[in-house]
Amino acid sequence: MIETLKERVNADAGLLRRGRFLTTTFLLEIGEAGWLIAIHEGRILSVTKGPFVMPSSCFALRTSEAEWDRFCEHRPPPGSNDLMALIKRRVLKAEGDLKVFMANLRYFKEALGKLRREGVAA
Amino acid sequence: MSARFEPIIGRYMHLDLFGRAHRIYVEEAGEGTPLVCLHTAGSDGRQYRGLMNDPRVTRNHRVIAFDMPWHGKSSPPEGWHDEEYQLTSAQYTTMILAVIDALELDRPIAIGCSIGGRIALHLALEHPERFRAIIGLQAGAHVDPYYDLNFLYRPDVHGGEVAAAIVSGLVGPDAPEREKRETLWHYMQSGPGVFKGDLYFYKIDGDIRARVAEIDTRRCPLFLLSGEYDYSCTPEETLTVANSIAGAEATIMKGLGHFPMSENPGEFLKHLLPVLEKIDRG
Repeated sequence: MIETLKERVNADAGLLRRGRFLTTTFLLEIGEAGWLIAIHEGRILSVTKGPFVMPSSCFALRTSEAEWDRFCEHRPPPGSNDLMALIKRRVLKAEGDLKVFMANLRYFKEALGKLRREGVAA
Repeated sequence: MSARFEPIIGRYMHLDLFGRAHRIYVEEAGEGTPLVCLHTAGSDGRQYRGLMNDPRVTRNHRVIAFDMPWHGKSSPPEGWHDEEYQLTSAQYTTMILAVIDALELDRPIAIGCSIGGRIALHLALEHPERFRAIIGLQAGAHVDPYYDLNFLYRPDVHGGEVAAAIVSGLVGPDAPEREKRETLWHYMQSGPGVFKGDLYFYKIDGDIRARVAEIDTRRCPLFLLSGEYDYSCTPEETLTVANSIAGAEATIMKGLGHFPMSENPGEFLKHLLPVLEKIDRG
């Protein structure tokens, strides 16, 4: 599922334009599983599934399987409908160099929103 | 194609606030009972365009929205370039009462959202005699910070982009796309550091948890309306406030978020109109 991020993001010209100044690698951890996601000028270069020995990333987003599953619903319930909602409830941890995450927050919200069932944007 | 004008009229008011000269932008529409509208942090009075354009509201109410200093078309006071804006409870209360006095409004209804909902609680507690009724939208007694507010105001992060991105998830899922984007555009237009300065009131100075239960609704009726999808001021937080105040009436609005009057005016008015009718019946 997470691996579809590359195809879904790279097919969205508007999102690529919005991310044209964004080059980074971040770690997404859902429960015990992890993915390193490399972005170059807004385009997803690779989505690499762990486990990793020494993963290097700019920042990491960590949540549980249950929370991620609710976030990915077509119409998520209140409190699960947005990355900031998860952060507010302390069930998504954002750690590392968060300037990149915050400066490009709309990009990351919309990119990860594409993982919703039926691919509805956040 | 012919032009169409809305019934909203805007004016600039010159007013001394906190010992300094201010130029304040005030919009209004309608006639009747004054209804003073208070916008959210980092936005402006355009959030109330739906109320001002709805004859069901304006035929009986003089709907007034002013942009707070530093917001919208209101300027910051002279000397602004050498200071960092920070809103306090005392300043916020003072400016609302000063605008009401300047417009010679007799016991208006006050309606405020988010920071406006919080100051509505302060007004209900400290100045109930000045208001016919008070309506708090997305009103809670306190909100803990849940992100580093410094990201809102630093030269290497675009303040407008990050502000809109932070609040975008607070819009409810049923909001018409046009109204959602209009609401977010207001955030994108906010001046540097203004959203952050407002949040000083919202998250620190304006904490009213210790006193909120002292509000006496016999002196001024209090209505609380909150959107189901607001995770900044959650329905639970609004209900906690309502349950601590005898006589307070609370409604949780399904499908709506943190900006009900701006993100989805049509749905919001289904909840607001009965409240206004009740207030008007006295």
